[in-house]
Amino acid sequence: MRYIEPHAHMVSRTTADYEKIAQVGCEALCEPAFWAGYDRASAQGFYDYYRQLTEYEPARAAKFGIKHFCWLCINPKEAEDAVFAREVMSLIPDFIKKPNVLGIGEIGLNKNTRNELAIFEEHVDLAKKFNLPILIHTPHLEDKLKGTRLILDALNNADVDRDRVIIDHVEEHTAPLVLDQGYWAGMTLYPESKCSPARAIDILETFGMERIWMNSACDWGISDPLAVIKCALEMKKRKHSSEVVDQVIFENPKAFLSQCPNFSL
Amino acid sequence: MPTKKDIQDLYFMDSRFKLLEIASFLDRVERHDGEADFRHEAFMKALMAMQNPPEGTSRAQAVHLAFSDHSTQPAESATIQFAFGAHHEEDPS
Repeated sequence: MRYIEPHAHMVSRTTADYEKIAQVGCEALCEPAFWAGYDRASAQGFYDYYRQLTEYEPARAAKFGIKHFCWLCINPKEAEDAVFAREVMSLIPDFIKKPNVLGIGEIGLNKNTRNELAIFEEHVDLAKKFNLPILIHTPHLEDKLKGTRLILDALNNADVDRDRVIIDHVEEHTAPLVLDQGYWAGMTLYPESKCSPARAIDILETFGMERIWMNSACDWGISDPLAVIKCALEMKKRKHSSEVVDQVIFENPKAFLSQCPNFSL
Repeated sequence: MPTKKDIQDLYFMDSRFKLLEIASFLDRVERHDGEADFRHEAFMKALMAMQNPPEGTSRAQAVHLAFSDHSTQPAESATIQFAFGAHHEEDPS
């Protein structure tokens, strides 16, 4: 089966993982900028990270025939210090010119604070200034509902083009909020949190197969780089046709990502 | 689309297993010393919500809502970076 992995943190994964996802049909992979599991000590740490996302990872993926794309930002977990966050954000315009950059992401909220929200809004302004799509992280667990609502309010105030915004990590209680307002939605398949394959398919069956994608968000935590293809197999067990599976794991991400000037297969 | 029986064939054993895990978890908490924190009450509330979801709300949504922070204003600051899994009213963040 062909598929696009629309959200994976390959800086945390081995080269063997690239080989595995290539073997099961991954044609392109998108890597949002995120938290490294610790707070970086300086903006220079982000400069090196952005080089990794725009130079090193595309080369590593290309060895297996996978096209690698990335999204740039300072993630919300490190955005509580707004002065530091703005220093990091000042690096982004120089990297936007790199050929594998899709847009601004994964921005969003973590603990739903005023500073996180201010930096989120400044990222949205940056995306609008450069006419780029936006990938949004919604908070974890008990913070997700409130964070999703705050994000939707901020996006509404910013008057963004909803066709070019994807709000990720939706679950049963937030998927309808996102989709009903005309945004794209992403579901993350994790072994211990977010969505299981069975629940992700429930969400597809309940809220529709349009404007939604699935991702593994594989990173340094407990996660599975093969999660998307495993969920596709689960869809087949649930009697979804090959065409429907292809729409969800290939055509949908392709349709959204094709709005990014640098995306091509 | 699969029938109800097809869904049972696919997921009954797995769900039965997970239900026993929940039952054993609650027994385990009860059997051990000390006081359970706010997560226990939240868990019990979520179990009740699952059994009696409000009109128009699925069981899964009811469980999410039972664990969620329903406040509407941004927090002044963050004192932690992680999430507990259940909202704590006294959480200063």
